[in-house]
Amino acid sequence: MNNTMERKYLPFEKPLEAMEKELAQLQARKQETFADNQAEIVRLQQKLSETTRQIFSSLTPWQKVQLARHPNRPHALDYINAIFEEFIELHGDRVGADDPAIIAGLAKFEGTSLVVIGQQKGRDTKENLTRKFGMAHPEGYRKARRLMALGEQLHLPVITLIDTPGANPDMAAEERGQALAIASNLQHMAGLRTPILVVVIGEGGSGGALGIGLGDRVLMQEYAIYSVISPEGCASILWKNQQAVEDAARALKLTAPELLQLGIIDEVVPEPPGGAHRDPAKAAEVLAKAMRKHLTELKTISLEELVELRYQKYRKMGVFREISTTAET
Amino acid sequence: MIFRKRYARITPRETPEAKKELWVKCERCGRIVYEKKWKEMWKVCHYCGSYSRLTALERIELLTDPGTFQERWSNLISADPLEFVGARSYVDKLKEDMLKTGLKEALVTGEAKIGGFPVALAILDPHFIMGSMGSVVGEKFVRICELCLEKKWPLVSVSGGGGGARMYEGALSLMQMAKTSAAVERLHRNGLFYISVLTDPTMGGVAASFAFLGDIILAEPGALIGFAGPRVIEQTIRQKLPPGFQTSEFLYQRGMIDLIVERKDLKQTITRLLNIIH
Ligand SMILES: [Zn+2]
Repeated sequence: MNNTMERKYLPFEKPLEAMEKELAQLQARKQETFADNQAEIVRLQQKLSETTRQIFSSLTPWQKVQLARHPNRPHALDYINAIFEEFIELHGDRVGADDPAIIAGLAKFEGTSLVVIGQQKGRDTKENLTRKFGMAHPEGYRKARRLMALGEQLHLPVITLIDTPGANPDMAAEERGQALAIASNLQHMAGLRTPILVVVIGEGGSGGALGIGLGDRVLMQEYAIYSVISPEGCASILWKNQQAVEDAARALKLTAPELLQLGIIDEVVPEPPGGAHRDPAKAAEVLAKAMRKHLTELKTISLEELVELRYQKYRKMGVFREISTTAET
Repeated sequence: MIFRKRYARITPRETPEAKKELWVKCERCGRIVYEKKWKEMWKVCHYCGSYSRLTALERIELLTDPGTFQERWSNLISADPLEFVGARSYVDKLKEDMLKTGLKEALVTGEAKIGGFPVALAILDPHFIMGSMGSVVGEKFVRICELCLEKKWPLVSVSGGGGGARMYEGALSLMQMAKTSAAVERLHRNGLFYISVLTDPTMGGVAASFAFLGDIILAEPGALIGFAGPRVIEQTIRQKLPPGFQTSEFLYQRGMIDLIVERKDLKQTITRLLNIIH
């Protein structure tokens, strides 16, 4: 899915750039001239995988934020095309608009029919202008809600793919009721009588992400992030300093393993060495496996119990202290 | 996060001529108001009509029948689950706002009577970490919903929260949006009635969860209500917002709220609604 895409390198990926380019040249030469350079290729591949392992075993939270936003990272439609054998995108909120920042439709996954909804970022500037960088307007949330209701009606599980910097913060969004659209989705998802499987595949940007993100299981890819505010926003508010993004990213505990520990997500889905963008096909395969496992489990639960368990799941979220009332006075 | 402080308190020390009397200066029109008069008007300037923010306790006094409010779960206190290390620690910020407000958290919950009708009450105080929603706010809101289910009482909430999110609690804060919305869903399923009052400011995660899920949504005049903060929007669109953007009146015109109710009439309006529904 990424073959024609120009590969971009983050600052900490730079050591891989030269090696990957050299490797590509060696492979091309082998194919064109039947050069006997196999040993060289193997040696370079080993060096590349060792360097990749080294870099990726000690990533900082801020580096993971950059990976979650990597320009080459697979987006919702990439996974949908790779994982589902059938997908028909459906459009419109039935109120007045269709939002290209959210894609939604009917799909088939290994024979199981389902509803899939995802935030969709663009690949280049032009596409990003159409897709609004994956930042949905109220009509996007309403389209998602409509498709979830259809899932309930037809007894189809709902899969949502989260990848957004946040809900769209422009004037039109406010004029059309952004807060109300997200709130009403949350309420709707809380009571939806069909399984909901949520996967954070890139950026889980605050309320805009959660607007399609309340579910029975919440999975997160290894280098995805999920946060109440962007590190940039947090740095400028709490540190009064845009440069403090490293500190903010660390303080917010926004990486997948940290969120698993806090009980906010249910499973971390591993990515190929070097991140999903190095091997999108492999990333999709691993993700499909996790989806299969959770959908199979969710299917065995009665709808009554499912909605009750979902309530209890969120009921438990939060950490606080309960002091004795006698000590209080 | 929005700060729109409209009143500066002028203490006798700053204005010796005022002697023992306390005066406040309206930041909207600049006039000096005798504090007693100002309090009688529930912090509404009697010259220009602009609203200043009420504390949770003032709000209780405004809305409930005298002596009927019984606070519940005031013993819930924020922990520091992320051990937040920032320019300033969460623990310090909590201590500071506890001292400043006399509250232990931003949401005050309890039972009371309004116009003789028993209700469950949840009031967000915008002075405590800007009325942001951390774990305690979410937990108290869910408990008050559960009390409604048990007693078959209506719920009345009053929202005033600057940014919605409690950054110090990271994604745990975010999840309170889901938690409180799920609790409202339960009220709906069980045929219970929820009146949500939006006051200045109701933004972000608070707006995008329980505040906008009321069966009936009332708002005070001129309140700032919306999802993204005005400054964030201005940075996005690279221009100034028109006057009146994201106010109660703006939302009313767009069908997002039921009624704009003046502060002095809030209790009566809620009582009339309860009288029809009970
Ligand atoms: Zn005034």
